[in-house]
Amino acid sequence: MSDATANPRSLKDGLGRLATWDGIIILLTVVVIVAASLGVSNFGTSRNFTFLILDLMPIVLVALPMTLIIVTGEIDLSVASILGLASSLMGWFWNNGLSIEMIIPLVIVIGAVLGAINGFLVNALGLPSLAVTIGTLALYRGLAFVVLGDGAVADFPFDYTGWVTGTIGGGSVPNVLIPIVALAIVFGIVLHATPFGRSLYAIGANDQAAHFAGIRVARTKFWLYVASGAVSALVGILWTLRYSSARADNGSGLELAVVAAVLLGGVSIFGGKGNLPGVLAGVVLLAALQNALRLQDVSGQALNIVTGTLLVLSVLLPNVVSSIRTSRQRRKVRQAAAS
Amino acid sequence: MFRSHRRLLTATSASLLVLGLSACGGGTTKDSAESTGGGAAQPGASANPNAETKAGLKIAFLPKQLNNPYTDVETGGGKVAVGELKGEYKLVGPNDASASSQVSYINTLIQQQQDVIVVAANDPNAVCPSLNQARQAGIKVVSFDSDASKDCRDAFINQATTQGIGESLTKMASELAGGEGDIAILSATPNATNQNAWIDVMKKELAKPEYSKLKLVKTAYGNDDDQKSFQEAQGLLQSYPNLKVIVSPTTVGIAAASRYVSSSNYKGKVAITGLGLPNQMRQYVKDGTVKKFALWNPADIGYLAAFTGAALASGQITGAEGEKFKAGKLGEYTIGAAGEIVLGPPTEFTAENIDQFNF
Repeated sequence: MSDATANPRSLKDGLGRLATWDGIIILLTVVVIVAASLGVSNFGTSRNFTFLILDLMPIVLVALPMTLIIVTGEIDLSVASILGLASSLMGWFWNNGLSIEMIIPLVIVIGAVLGAINGFLVNALGLPSLAVTIGTLALYRGLAFVVLGDGAVADFPFDYTGWVTGTIGGGSVPNVLIPIVALAIVFGIVLHATPFGRSLYAIGANDQAAHFAGIRVARTKFWLYVASGAVSALVGILWTLRYSSARADNGSGLELAVVAAVLLGGVSIFGGKGNLPGVLAGVVLLAALQNALRLQDVSGQALNIVTGTLLVLSVLLPNVVSSIRTSRQRRKVRQAAAS
Repeated sequence: MFRSHRRLLTATSASLLVLGLSACGGGTTKDSAESTGGGAAQPGASANPNAETKAGLKIAFLPKQLNNPYTDVETGGGKVAVGELKGEYKLVGPNDASASSQVSYINTLIQQQQDVIVVAANDPNAVCPSLNQARQAGIKVVSFDSDASKDCRDAFINQATTQGIGESLTKMASELAGGEGDIAILSATPNATNQNAWIDVMKKELAKPEYSKLKLVKTAYGNDDDQKSFQEAQGLLQSYPNLKVIVSPTTVGIAAASRYVSSSNYKGKVAITGLGLPNQMRQYVKDGTVKKFALWNPADIGYLAAFTGAALASGQITGAEGEKFKAGKLGEYTIGAAGEIVLGPPTEFTAENIDQFNF
């Protein structure tokens, strides 16, 4: 797939780029939203917009660092457990009389440390990230239960819980859109407009080559895990405030929804490929589709079937398309050689 | 990354600085925060007991999760009641019983402008903000099975009081043990709220003089998992050969324990009792393994919840203590403290009456 960057672009290539997977997903997202607004009653209301944003908030925020990690060819499956542990710690600190203004930065720093542990195991010790983060998935979730047990802490101040569920000035734009937009811009700039971001694609395409090109592969990946931990902890805080409930099982299974959205957004699980607009569209597509189908009284099981099918297609179709392209190119080369 | 010590140091000291700054700022703590639950108290409408029950009410049931046999019976009772009320019945729910998965469903029901939401809360607080949004939108909220916080629902259908169930379990155990001997409890998980509350009542009951010859030797936990419960029952009988009764206050535990005993040579020597579903227990009652067990009728819970919702939506009641309303075939109910409505004492099932029940 690196041909797009290697060859000089002709007009045909430019059109071809529009037909890339993330282009298709962005288009599909727009189609789904327009169709649902016209065809599903109560979908296009401002209140539903608020609900939709609140529902996709945890997925979209965690998907930002996850995109960067998957672009380098690694993965972080411990995000939902970091979220749960952050939620537990938040409840525990609150019960022990710490102020919420202190708890929030403290929990984010702890999240960064948890991410740093992942980063250390993966990069300093060279262990496979899939195995490491499956391990810490269990470990961090276990610690969350050690901290808070089976109980819940619920008496957080309304100033904070109300802010998370509220809208800007009581209008139709939810407050949580502020951190979402801010972080999306930050991660977007880092990935697409900095040498650091470009180096992630190089690492994902071939980390040996990246290393010999002077990229500090291990250090780069390490900081991605730190960012992932910190963002997951932040989401743990927002989650806790949204549901006014600090619990050890908060966010269970979220890692799969996040990875699903990232892959649906056109990021290759093998690394080196994908972009943030595609991922954002992937998240919105999944959330809007679920929201619309639920308003149409489609059952939860059927919803799972729809999202599962979408995910399989998102992995399958780009592969089919690229293999067709490759075989076509080979034929061309063969024909050229024959003539 | 070992060359990055200096950067790490910078990051650490920066974060410590942030901590230090925020620590100095005082701020909102558990003690300083006033207890604003954000509760959206309904406008102080007064009840009109003679108001007509509205027809065509949209009544939606949101259980803890779908495809749970017990929940299906509860919501089935609700469906019957909504039919009698000439309303529109709807059943929605998540596939997993996690704390927050119900919120999206509540939001959807708000969007669909239902008249009544009947909910079994997976987490009493997590559903609160959205339930209050529903109430602000004029939807009446009735909780059943597992209550939501008091300030975010209009009424709660309590299947039975904790005290009533604990007493009933102790009484059955004593009768089956002949008034003396070793008994054991096979519970759900060590943290199960309901089970622990009932076991606490049982322990208090057992301390009374009339039960002084009964000895509770062990409380085992089968985690509401069939296989684990089966093994725990087996373990109890091996560790305590003189055991006379196993009391299992969970439908999974009592069925697993009965299955083990009915296929072992303990059959007839050890009695099993507790809380069970008639359909699951029928064969063990018929083959003599189980003499009696108890449960409220789950279909009646859904039935009563639907009628309560209709009475609220019709303005016959507001959820205040002392208000009375009629619940179809179940008769008249009075709302207790904090909007609680108690279904009644648990039903005891024996070989004589079990065939009258199908759930």
